[in-house]
This record gives sequence, C-alpha cells and structure tokens, in this order.
Amino acid sequence: MCLDCACGRPDQAPERLEPPHRHPATATEQPAPIAPGAVKPSAAAGPAVATGPLQSLSVGLRLLAHNDRQAEANRARFAAAGVKVVNILSAPGSGKTALLEALARHAAAAAQPLAMAVLVGDLATELDAERLRAAGLPAMPITTGQACHLEAAMVARGVDALEAAGHGLAGLDLLLIENVGNLVCPAAYDLGEDLRLVLLAVSEGEDKPLKYPATFHGADAVVISKSDLAEAVDFAREQALANIQAVAPAARVLEVSARSGAGIEGLLQLLR
Amino acid sequence: MQSVAELARAEASQRGAEAITVIRLRVGSLAGVDPEALRFAAEVVLAGGLTAGARLEIEPVPARAWCLPCTALFSLEQGLCRCPRCGTVSADLRQGRELVLASLELRLPAPAEPGNDGPVGWP
Repeated sequence: MCLDCACGRPDQAPERLEPPHRHPATATEQPAPIAPGAVKPSAAAGPAVATGPLQSLSVGLRLLAHNDRQAEANRARFAAAGVKVVNILSAPGSGKTALLEALARHAAAAAQPLAMAVLVGDLATELDAERLRAAGLPAMPITTGQACHLEAAMVARGVDALEAAGHGLAGLDLLLIENVGNLVCPAAYDLGEDLRLVLLAVSEGEDKPLKYPATFHGADAVVISKSDLAEAVDFAREQALANIQAVAPAARVLEVSARSGAGIEGLLQLLR
Repeated sequence: MQSVAELARAEASQRGAEAITVIRLRVGSLAGVDPEALRFAAEVVLAGGLTAGARLEIEPVPARAWCLPCTALFSLEQGLCRCPRCGTVSADLRQGRELVLASLELRLPAPAEPGNDGPVGWP
C-alpha cells in the first residue's frame, strides 16, 4: 500500500508548507515523553489478571521518513555532481517516453550541449529504455515488478547502474526519471528530484487535474502533451488551464507536441 | 502500512511495552492516501507482534490554505485552491499533506506484586 510523506509538525500551529518533495527531511522527530501523571491504571485490572498500566505516547513520525532520508541522500549526491534531476509523472500512455525522445532530438541539435540520461520505471519490460537508447540517450530501466511507483532507493540503485555502465553523474547535466505510469501513488514519493513534472495528454480530458488534485498540486510544471491532437479530441483548453490553476496554482504550464516539436524548445529551457 | 507497523513496534519495544492498544494516524486530505484503504491494509500488516489487537484510529486532516486578501485560512473543497469567500486562488497550503504516526497507547508490563520487596518488620 502506498503512503504519502508528511510535512509540518503535528503539535504546532499550521506553518507554511514547502511542496513535499523539497521539504528538508527531518527524518525522525523526537517523540515527546509523557508527564508521569499521564500513566493511568488499566481499567480491566483485577487480582487474577496482571495487566499493566496504559501509557499514551506522542510520536509524530512521518510514515515515509525512510524514503525521505534516501531522497535527501540522492539530492546531495546529485548536487555534488552538478546534475539537475527531473521526475516525470503521468497516467499510462500520456506520452512520457515520446516526449523524452523529442527532447533528445532537440538537445542533440542545439548549439549548447546538454548531456542527458534517463531512468525509466515500469512494472515489466525494458521497452522504454530500449527506445530511449535507440534515440541516443543513456537509459537504465528500473523494473519494479509489482510496485506501482518509484521510490528513492530504486533511483539510487538506478544511478549506480548508470555509473557501472559508464554513464557517471559527473558527465551529466540532466537526469530525467520517467516514473511508472500512474497518477496516484508516485506522487507520494520524493525521489530527490529538483523538478517535478506532471504530464497531461490532451486526449485525457480537461477534468483530469480535478480528479487527481494531490498529484497535480505537487507539480512544479504541468506539461500538456500531444497538443497536435487537441482539435481531434475536442480538448477544452481554457477549461483545462483553469482546472490546473485551481488545483495547482503554483505550477507553470507548458503545452507540447512530441510529434510536431511544438513547445519542446520551451521545455528544454525549463530543464536546462 | 508496513512502515506504520515498523515504526509503532520500534517505539513500543523501545519503551518496554507489552502491547500497543491504540495507533493514531493523521492523514491529510491531499496526502494521496485513502483512509479506508489504509485501514484495510492495516488488518493484514498489524496482525502479530506488539501491534496485534491494536485499534487503529485515523484522524483526517482537512486541507487548508491561507487567503491573503481575506487574511484567513480556508478549507479546500476537493483540492480546489480557490478561497470560497473571495475567489482568490492560493498556493499557500498550510495543512493537508500529512501522513504521520501521531501517537500510540501502550500497555506497559504489570508492576511487581506489592509485598515482594516491602519493608522488613511490617505486620
């Protein structure tokens, strides 16, 4: 079962929250010991049944602290190597891999070089990684088996695999992480990224953001993909933009088409 | 739920508890977790060890954001960041993404029988 991370401290007044994936991990919060008077005798106590006293214990531990610690370790490793890392989330079939192929083509043709590599999460097959290698990108698959999302530890192992294959972080400008196609669970897991993109294909409809507010709320940028199909699917663009604004007011919005190349240059600028 | 069980058991055994009677979680409405799905998973993972028999209490935390023009908090309806009073969209979320093991109720070992080490000489 997937769980989200928690921001903010339980026993204080609500404070300003950073987006969860950039919140510095405080790992464990010191549990507050209870004052001696709080220990109460068990109501069921009788001479024949020696049940001990009950004690209330304030804990305040984030359930995903373990993942967050690994994410911070990832973050430090990426920063030390000067690599920008992007986590790409979307529903299955929104065009993540095609978009990465388009980015690879445009980056290769650009005057300013951009050394990119990709980690691809999927439950099964290494097909996406193979496609991306064919497009000229160093790519390592992360085959999750049953896990419907990527976690920070999987990304750490993926980076180790890239290094072992001769694509060390030191030689990279940009590491892209194509998350498992899933609009629910991946959102909960900080991978140590600098930027979180959520893709929304025009064929998915304008109300998708309203149906997955938690995921869209965590996006730094929402990328509307397959824009070349907008007319064919009667995409209600203004409504989509309003819906994105309503659930993700802090997110930038870009519109791209991997097929036509529209908006790819703008996306590259954001990623550089 | 696995991390709930692990965290709870670790806290309990650290304090020498015999059992955990209550586990309280705080789950924000924008945490991306359905409390009932969590409860369903709990039945499997909490069975056994120190967590066996523990009652799971889930406190939902409503998503609330700060509206600057109104200088007040508002509750987000289904994740919508528009202030219901004035319509301004706010990116300043103050609560709602929590996923926290908030507290435990532990059963400590029974104290030693009175009289075992009572003062000598008393009737």
